[in-house]
Amino acid sequence: MATTLSINGKPRQVDVDQEKPLLWVLREDLNMVGTKFGCGMALCGCCTVHIDGRPTRSCITPISAVVGKQVTTIEHVATTPSGKKISDAWVELDVPQCGYCQAGQIMSASALLANTPKPTDAQIDQAMGGNICRCATYVRIRAAIKKAAGIEEGATA
Amino acid sequence: MSTVLDLDRRAFIRATLVGGAALAFEAKMAIAATPGAKPVMMNAHIRIGADNSFIIGAQNPEVGQGIKTMLPMLIAEELDVDWAQVKIEQTLSDGKLYTGQIAGGSFATPNHFLPMRRIGAAARQMLVKAAAARLGVPEDQLTTGSGKVTHAASKRTLTYAQLAPDAAKVAAPDLATVPLKTPAQYKIIGKSHMGVDTSDIVAGRPLFGIDVSFPGMLYAAVECCPAYGGTITSYDEAAVKALPGVVAVVPINTSYNPKGANDAVAIIANSWWVANKAREALKPVWNDAEARKNSSARFAENAAELYKQAPGADILRRGDVDKALAGAAKKVTADYDYPFIGHANLEPQNCTALYKDGKVEFWAPSQAPERGRALVAEMMGIAPEAITINMTRIGGGFGRRLMNDYMAMSGQIAKAMPGKHVKLLFNRQDDMRHEFFRPGGWHSFEAGLDKDGKLIALKDHFVSYGADGKPIQAAGMGAGEFPGPLLSDICYCVSYMKTNVPTGFLRAPTSNAMAFVFHSFLDEVALAAGKDLPEFMRSILGEPRLIPAVQGQYGEFHTGRALGVINKVCEMSGWKGREGDGKSGGGKGRGFGFYYSHRGYFAEVVDITVRPGGAVHVDKVWVAGDVGNQIINPINAVHQVQGSVIDGIGQTLLGQVVTFVDGAGNRTNFHDYPLPRITNAPSDIVVEFVLSDNPPSGLGEPALPPVIPAIANAVFAATGKRLRSLPIVPANLA
Ligand code: FES
Ligand code: FES
Repeated sequence: MATTLSINGKPRQVDVDQEKPLLWVLREDLNMVGTKFGCGMALCGCCTVHIDGRPTRSCITPISAVVGKQVTTIEHVATTPSGKKISDAWVELDVPQCGYCQAGQIMSASALLANTPKPTDAQIDQAMGGNICRCATYVRIRAAIKKAAGIEEGATA
Repeated sequence: MSTVLDLDRRAFIRATLVGGAALAFEAKMAIAATPGAKPVMMNAHIRIGADNSFIIGAQNPEVGQGIKTMLPMLIAEELDVDWAQVKIEQTLSDGKLYTGQIAGGSFATPNHFLPMRRIGAAARQMLVKAAAARLGVPEDQLTTGSGKVTHAASKRTLTYAQLAPDAAKVAAPDLATVPLKTPAQYKIIGKSHMGVDTSDIVAGRPLFGIDVSFPGMLYAAVECCPAYGGTITSYDEAAVKALPGVVAVVPINTSYNPKGANDAVAIIANSWWVANKAREALKPVWNDAEARKNSSARFAENAAELYKQAPGADILRRGDVDKALAGAAKKVTADYDYPFIGHANLEPQNCTALYKDGKVEFWAPSQAPERGRALVAEMMGIAPEAITINMTRIGGGFGRRLMNDYMAMSGQIAKAMPGKHVKLLFNRQDDMRHEFFRPGGWHSFEAGLDKDGKLIALKDHFVSYGADGKPIQAAGMGAGEFPGPLLSDICYCVSYMKTNVPTGFLRAPTSNAMAFVFHSFLDEVALAAGKDLPEFMRSILGEPRLIPAVQGQYGEFHTGRALGVINKVCEMSGWKGREGDGKSGGGKGRGFGFYYSHRGYFAEVVDITVRPGGAVHVDKVWVAGDVGNQIINPINAVHQVQGSVIDGIGQTLLGQVVTFVDGAGNRTNFHDYPLPRITNAPSDIVVEFVLSDNPPSGLGEPALPPVIPAIANAVFAATGKRLRSLPIVPANLA
């Protein structure tokens, strides 16, 4: 049965099992591989996308649950105001090491900034706590979020 | 992964090969029929574009250590071009064209610092020669810069692109003697350069092994025998094949077992999600009775048994340690241990392969692709030359990908589907279980102090894994373990037990464990000597001097470089001796750790808080490191150190333990094998490098080990409790 999804503002048709997680539909059926697989159990945050603006783990989200909703992925997030600020800060501070987790980090950070333009350290930890970075780029992740939010280096909002 | 790019890259390499020469530099060849119309191949690393852009081949696997940026920086520096003119392409893995294509041992910096620069310098020299001939002036009147050769006197300038077709025909200079820039002339080295893939990563573009995609590609999931060493007895092929989307079910060998002994079943489908789910119907039966006898409980029993016996062998013995201990004014004894742990790369193991006409092409996220070639050739019985290896960006290495089991499996799977690209992917549980673990181990120490508190004797009985008097992979200990080479009465000895568990190298292998046991124990001995650890270290290190390497035993060690970083970190952190709440219950503590590994000297100080309930948080870390006279890419150097420190925090405090039950690892995902999260990261990690007059060395590993004893020592300072087992768990501090 064909399903129509709204991905990055465009309707996309796929003909797959309704239970197939959005992560694998993006990666296998739509050839959008920016969203990453890390754990498959909502434990690492690699697969984070926005669904109606909310950061969501696509590895445990069957496509049946996203019909009629707006999905935004890493490939498109820089077209949103907070996504643009976050992406720019990520590049400027050279946040990635291996880079594998960074799509998920950017999606979580963009969602944080969209709702909380000047996050406190505690709010940053809270919003980013579900995203693992095996290379442990956390010092720069914090700094980049603050930079994107216009919070001065070293200051705690 | 775009096919266009891929074809382009292969053309790059083929053109080189058409030249017919084997070694990197001799492989130069102009491929421009019309000068300027097509890029000119200067050598296997440099291609000059008609628009005076420079495509530099990055020859080593990129795992996040920044080598894809750094090696081309070295070439670009000596080629004398602007970084903005440079485009970087990952080369193929090809042992005939390139040397040292491996991400391991923090070797890339020391091994390639000169060779990469020489490649750039040689190409520059050829361009200058071509310019001299074209302009009819002596070479020494020409200067270079920004990809141009200038003759100042006649105000004439030629771009490298204009010169490339001629330059490529100039005889390549002797790489050993080609002149190099002095550090004062550096324009690229020593300045921060962003990762070459950073923008693509941030935009979510395909880069990693897992991202490789081809039209009509198939996907494979594998069910491996859980108990290491077991083999397949039977499985329900019909049930799996009946599932929609499944294409084939194939028995394979993971490469943990000898060739021919299949120990895994691959399910190949038109979707990985389908293939992975189909495993539920496989119902495998394993021949694993022998393997299942192994367990962590049994290893611990074996260790206790081995401690009742005389040690199996000496690692280092000098003087008469027993006599020295008998005469010591004070003795300190303690037993330490640490568990098996895993790598947990965030990108699960994967590999894509295409088998066609007896040849196989890989897209492999491997840290050691040439070893992968040898393994595949052996496992599949094909010639090494029939294997092509594309290197993808790698979502974390940490040593796991020095092993190439995924390449061996992927090759066998592709062979079952000739003409089709097949991507093999582990799920997280596969990745956690089918590992090459950092082996656990036990140490029993005895140290002797003289009446002035000077360390005069040290004995360590190490119990580890091995057979026939030899350690298995990554389970050994070096004779150079500090302070071995500095003491006159010393004995490190070892006993080995057998295990079925596959072991391997984990970032700063052996060092990550030895740092904890030796430098926690030294803190205990220092206390007995009435000193703090930095002061005690100074008393052991003595005068700055080089302790020469002893062939077959240990490499050289410079006490002055050690003192340099120890003094530096004390100054940075305002170290004032032992500081902490001790038994007061306040929960704050400060600790120090030093370690020398991978040619890098690192000293670290941590401030911690022991929270109510016993959880330890690292508040702030200071790091002083000596990796020679030149930090090549500062923005990345600092980041490698910060990542290493947090990695060490994870090993120390988060409960990382792999336990073996019935011959198999029992960890499955990040809930039972935790990795550091942002909440575990210190508020700051201050990094400074002590520049010493030594060639630059690597930074992927040596900053990790010292933080582990620093934390353990801080826990003692905070609580008065000496914890001698990793990981440090809240229950022991509550
Ligand atoms: S892959 Fe979805 S949270 Fe890890
Ligand atoms: S950059 Fe490697 S996992 Fe985050």
